[in-house]
Amino acid sequence: MSVLDSKVPKGPLKTKWTDYKNHIDLVNPANKRNIDVIVVGTGLAGGSAAATLAELGYNVKTFCYQDSPRRAHSIAAQGGINAAKNYQGDGDSTYRLFYDTVKGGDYRSREANVYRLAEVSANIIDQCVAQGVPFARDYGGLLDNRSFGGVLVSRTFYAKGQTGQQLLLGAYSAMNRQIARGKITPFNRHEMLDVVKVDGKARGIIARNLVTGEIERHSAHAVVIASGGYGNVYFLSTNAMGSNATAAWKIHKKGAFFANPCYTQIHPTCIPRSGDYQSKLTLMSESLRNDGRIWVPKNMDDVMAIREGKKKPTDLSEDERDYYLERRYPAFGNLVPRDVASRAAKERCDAGYGVNATGEAVYLDFASAIERYGKEQAKIHNIANASADKIYELGAAIVKAKYGNLFQMYEKIVDQDPYKTPMMIYPAVHYTMGGVWVDYNLMTTVDGLYCIGEANFSDHGANRLGASALMQGLADGYFVLPYTIGDYLSHEIRTGKIPTDTPEFDAAEKEVTDKIDFFVNNKGSHSVDYYHKKLGKIMWDKCGMSRNAKGLKEAMVEIKALREDFYKNVSVPGAANELNAELEKAGRVADFLELGELFAKDALEREESCGGHFREESVELDGEQEGEAKRNDKEFAFVSAWEYKGEPGDAVLHKEELEFKEIELKQRSYK
Amino acid sequence: MSGFFKSSIGRKYAMALSALFLMFFLLQHFAINILSVFSPNAFNEASHFMGTFWAVQYLLQPVLIFGVMYHFIMGFILEFKNRQARVVKYAKNNGAANSSWMSRNMIYSGLAILGFLVLHFIDFWLPEINTKYIQGDMSGLLADGEGFRYYEELTHKFVNPLRVGAYVLAFVFLSLHLMHGFSSAFQSSGVSSMRKQKLQAFGKAYAIIIPLGFIFIALFHHFNH
Amino acid sequence: MNLTLKIWRQKDAQSKGKMVDYKVTEISEHMSFLEMMDVLNEQLINTGEEPVAFDHDCREGICGMCSMYINGEAHGPDRGVTTCQLHMRMFKDGDTITIEPFRAKAFPVLKDLVVDRGAFDRIQHAGGYISVNTSGNTQDANAIPISKHAADEAMDAATCIGCGACVASCKNSSAMLFVGAKVSQYALLPQGQVEATDRVKNMVAQMDLEGFGNCTNTGACEVECPKGISLENIARMNREFLSANIKG
Repeated sequence: MSVLDSKVPKGPLKTKWTDYKNHIDLVNPANKRNIDVIVVGTGLAGGSAAATLAELGYNVKTFCYQDSPRRAHSIAAQGGINAAKNYQGDGDSTYRLFYDTVKGGDYRSREANVYRLAEVSANIIDQCVAQGVPFARDYGGLLDNRSFGGVLVSRTFYAKGQTGQQLLLGAYSAMNRQIARGKITPFNRHEMLDVVKVDGKARGIIARNLVTGEIERHSAHAVVIASGGYGNVYFLSTNAMGSNATAAWKIHKKGAFFANPCYTQIHPTCIPRSGDYQSKLTLMSESLRNDGRIWVPKNMDDVMAIREGKKKPTDLSEDERDYYLERRYPAFGNLVPRDVASRAAKERCDAGYGVNATGEAVYLDFASAIERYGKEQAKIHNIANASADKIYELGAAIVKAKYGNLFQMYEKIVDQDPYKTPMMIYPAVHYTMGGVWVDYNLMTTVDGLYCIGEANFSDHGANRLGASALMQGLADGYFVLPYTIGDYLSHEIRTGKIPTDTPEFDAAEKEVTDKIDFFVNNKGSHSVDYYHKKLGKIMWDKCGMSRNAKGLKEAMVEIKALREDFYKNVSVPGAANELNAELEKAGRVADFLELGELFAKDALEREESCGGHFREESVELDGEQEGEAKRNDKEFAFVSAWEYKGEPGDAVLHKEELEFKEIELKQRSYK
Repeated sequence: MSGFFKSSIGRKYAMALSALFLMFFLLQHFAINILSVFSPNAFNEASHFMGTFWAVQYLLQPVLIFGVMYHFIMGFILEFKNRQARVVKYAKNNGAANSSWMSRNMIYSGLAILGFLVLHFIDFWLPEINTKYIQGDMSGLLADGEGFRYYEELTHKFVNPLRVGAYVLAFVFLSLHLMHGFSSAFQSSGVSSMRKQKLQAFGKAYAIIIPLGFIFIALFHHFNH
Repeated sequence: MNLTLKIWRQKDAQSKGKMVDYKVTEISEHMSFLEMMDVLNEQLINTGEEPVAFDHDCREGICGMCSMYINGEAHGPDRGVTTCQLHMRMFKDGDTITIEPFRAKAFPVLKDLVVDRGAFDRIQHAGGYISVNTSGNTQDANAIPISKHAADEAMDAATCIGCGACVASCKNSSAMLFVGAKVSQYALLPQGQVEATDRVKNMVAQMDLEGFGNCTNTGACEVECPKGISLENIARMNREFLSANIKG
């Protein structure tokens, strides 16, 4: 029997969550007033959890490194949020959303969690509309939907290309209401640097005031980590510059198991890298694949001519183009799931067909969509024999209405007009499905320590479907954690205020200040970014879109060596007691340098291809699926949960076996 | 409503309302003055009516004086407070990139108009008050009793080229002030953009035609007498 | 290209600051403005100087964290972009670029180019929300149809990223575009009507308390706003405020 207990309640899948909620222990309102909860991170998950917990009556303290909760990186999500509302009447249901999510995750997620997620998805939309989130509507005044990769229904709700922003502002507004009531105390420009455990339970955190450098102690009866993913381990990603794994990694070092670190989502539609100075990558919403067709030239001569600027992509005729997604996956075409689309782009570029100077770009072309919409509009407006220009004009207007802000963003960055010439895109690190292991209650392996949103591992398996991250963050924060945390806190009503002048807090604070003192006093020769970029390169080259045993072993050795060099030669200017961005980065990169090694170790251990994790050794060798990823359910249908043992390389693997009762495990075919 | 006029938006409304009132007054003032170009008699009749009718003198005149004073004093207070809202100034500020000169310099065009008003009061208003209420001569007649005095006094004032120059300059500033002030008053009053677009053209015309008309009157009398 | 940078340096909130000149070389025109700043900072770190502190996070123009006043304009000379989306192709070889923090009494400088925009948060606390509990049985999202026109207009107002460029650009450091956008979003939606009166009064009161200047309708905010928030939102707030005060 594994040490891991997922605590999934008994009973049929469909009624599990309702039955469980009905029997969960509650805390009476008078007692909630005496219970403190710390929430680290104020994105969709943290923000919504903080607001809801405060609404219930708990005293909540929130922490975020940004200057306002409203700036958490959830804000950058563009495309939308899924919900099984079936407003379009296209056959959607809770079961279908559940099924799509499990299948999309390549059968590596926990069935009960995903079903619960699908179940509460509809509530999220109701809640957000009530909060004043301005979702897109049709002319009848009802909510509009769009369709996303990997599914066959339209269940995605959106607010222009800024859905994440609007949902986060909704959660932030709910927080504001509680801040005004005095139930939330926000600590902005604060970074959690460690968790404090007392008698095995999480009882508080050590945080640094990023403006003054002051180290602060905060106690609570439960600690919730909602600090997002660790995509920045790659240096270049679509994450924000400040996105970091420190909170998640520190709790891992204090006993929380870290699950499936190798599951990373490489998003197919990002703006390609333009040079070595690049600091981050920009995502273009997946919704673009609804209307954009992805291609590279068929002939190598054309590739070369385009790279040298002798030919333009628009010069190539239809039969000189290779619409490789449509060719390989006729059923889903350009709307295959993200992992599949990304790997296919890499496959073409590795074969030499990349269309920009770096050889790492493919085209995303809107010409057919513009023509299609144009003809449609000409018909609607009764324009007989419309000229090609007129059709283009009408079509471009529709495309502009749908994707205008994305097109503008692209033009600002690349300095090319995507209405006239196809966009160039390339995959980039975007989301991490792996994260802190949690049980059905979203509690980690440390009592009283919870983890929600992207920071945990639970719902997306090995690959996340589009528009599901926002859904999960808000489901955890609004509708799951506020119930399940009561089960734990109901035993805390007699605990009383937790003092911070205890040896446990002393020890944790000392650990934190020692580390900071080390950094500011280590007069090394390289900047933090120097190491971060080196780490990123190892990760991208050896733990990127495709991985093999040799590369992963090398990566582990190289990351370890890089970490040792970092502690010898890193240079952090400035002092500890001031606003010091380099010091902040140093702490975060130090954690990435450990996490990266565990990442490689996990990837090495998982000798199968599944979702975002593609092992070159595990592919279909023949048949219709030749060359596609080959999953190995017999040996690898488990969650890898790693226990920290002093060095990332020494981490001990615990397996949570995944049982599928409602869904038959099948090869994911999008052909 | 008690706190309304102490709030920032309440003061915007107050500025806008006093401005709208002053713009209406200006129109009326212009309408009477332009008569002097066409018919000295009509001008005299109108001036006498305005100068002696009780409702104008005892109701509208105090309201006007209050409106003018309020607009100026509140303008100064707001300008002072607005300056306080930025303690350290920018080393480099490119205001021309995002806003019109007129909108950024209302205080200066306003000060120029205030300077003009002082001159104008000394020229016309104080002598009027003196004649009517201190000397007690409500007849509106010339000293020799031959007809009304208003047209005479008007033309007399525009003899001196320096004064005419000052008037012309002041009206240029008035135009600049109105150029922003007109639409600003409607924006402050919360008029929606649909209606504002139609008002915009009217406002521009008003801001040009009225001051230009006053300039025309001044020059007309200067060169014709 | 090679550039001269004049940058505001200030040790902390208490210290006095000054403009300091720096030189950067071999800047690519495809770099973003912040990547150019990264180059400068790397250079400063390698020569043992303290790097320039500046706020930034998402670097894709949505989080609203970046906040530089470049050559006399908030977010620099380009339109419809934040500082992080400003590209060096907007400048020429040999240019001198002046970089200052967003300046307003209500936005005190914390260090170099980093300012404290907490005033915006406090205005939001005063009423930037609809009071609805997370019950799980709120009425169905389609129960109240909202005209597409109103929903789109609310969305346009809600697009505000709270960066503070409006305050920085305004000659009066007025926050009315920000507050107007927030008031408008809720005023345009049926869900926002119940609390409309208190909301606008409380938010305006907090705005006044924070020490922002008053709006004189120069329109600079609208031009410099990276998200194109319309002045119409200020007019709407004025209307809402008046009607709220008449209602009592």
